[in-house]
Amino acid sequence: MAVSKDDLMVHIKEEWCKGCGICIAYCPKKVLGFNEHGKVSMLDRDNCIKCGMCEMRCPDFAIFLGGKENV
Amino acid sequence: MNNPLVENYFRVDKLPHIWCPGCGHGIIMSAIARAIEKSGLDKDKVCIVSGIGCSSRAPGYMDFNTLHTTHGRALAFATGVKLANPELEVIVIAGDGDLSAIGGNHLIHAARRNINLTTICFNNNIYGMTGGQYSPTTATGDKGTTAPYGNIDRPFDITQLAAGAGATYAAKATVYHVNQLQKYIEAAIGHKGFSMVEAVSVCPTYYGRKNKKGSAVDMMNWLKDSFVDMKIAEKMPEKAVGKFVMGEYVNKVEPEYTELYDQVIERLKG
Ligand SMILES: Cc1ncc(C[n+]2csc(CCOP(=O)(O)OP(=O)(O)O)c2C)c(N)n1
Ligand code: SF4
Ligand code: SF4
Ligand code: SF4
Repeated sequence: MAVSKDDLMVHIKEEWCKGCGICIAYCPKKVLGFNEHGKVSMLDRDNCIKCGMCEMRCPDFAIFLGGKENV
Repeated sequence: MNNPLVENYFRVDKLPHIWCPGCGHGIIMSAIARAIEKSGLDKDKVCIVSGIGCSSRAPGYMDFNTLHTTHGRALAFATGVKLANPELEVIVIAGDGDLSAIGGNHLIHAARRNINLTTICFNNNIYGMTGGQYSPTTATGDKGTTAPYGNIDRPFDITQLAAGAGATYAAKATVYHVNQLQKYIEAAIGHKGFSMVEAVSVCPTYYGRKNKKGSAVDMMNWLKDSFVDMKIAEKMPEKAVGKFVMGEYVNKVEPEYTELYDQVIERLKG
């Protein structure tokens, strides 16, 4: 069964993020930014359309769309 | 918590990987895992083979049968694996140096034989691992540690090289155009015969610094602006002027090597 977008959210594994900024540059909704440690951070979760492009272009598996129950 | 893709297809204890920040190789490795997942392959029936280079470190992170061999020789080892065990899906990961310099001979003959291997070339246009020497895909005029005044060689188009040598599937996409890249890798895995996908990568550390290409994002922007889809190039040639064309260059059916080999054995059994 296909997973509904309602059950998904963007997860960040900060310890694997190398701060390259690729996901931030190409997020179609511009909802990602850097935190004070130079790692990626979700700035505006409400406007994330859960397109998954951040996950597909992250070279480090540090950001991904996953189930909400996994938080 | 990890991405389920990572849990299912990677050796989590070996991560994070050693590649530099913004190295395109991680994007390709992740596209390969997603393509394998989409293809519905049994993990135990997949064998990933590499040579030596930054790109060739990928199989160390991937949780399949894996073989990390010698520089340039991944296709020779893979040919042996495939002939001994034709039901394995054998995927070769190779850098542009690995595949088209020291290993160029293996590439043209694997393609000529049309043996059912899937090769993914991580093409960052430079020797990353050894510190930025120019490779057979470095553009004319670009710099490397071995071309401090600019490269005078003409570069190979690896996709066309494979196609010219007889590959029955050959496609090209970039780490910016990652949806397309994944789609071609999936098609290459499903293809019977020698298939090669040229995944145009970025090496911000050596190629980027040597050639003043800026950050990883700047290099990805360059890919975005410099590559045009084959379908668009065919319909509107004016849009392709001065650009690289990505797409499926070849996709055809020809007799496959391990099947021909089996036929010989059957015939001689009498
Ligand atoms: C027989 C042999 N010659 C040379 C080397 C040194 N060497 C290691 S990796 C490499 C090239 C790496 O470039 P590439 O294959 O393009 O992969 P990348 O590191 O850029 O991903 C070379 C020349 C070697 N390991 N073995
Ligand atoms: S899922 Fe899409 S919209 Fe949401 S953060 Fe990632 S790239 Fe941006
Ligand atoms: S693409 Fe990945 S490594 Fe780069 S900033 Fe985003 S999460 Fe971090
Ligand atoms: S040297 Fe280049 S190819 Fe190697 S890990 Fe660093 S960025 Fe990637």
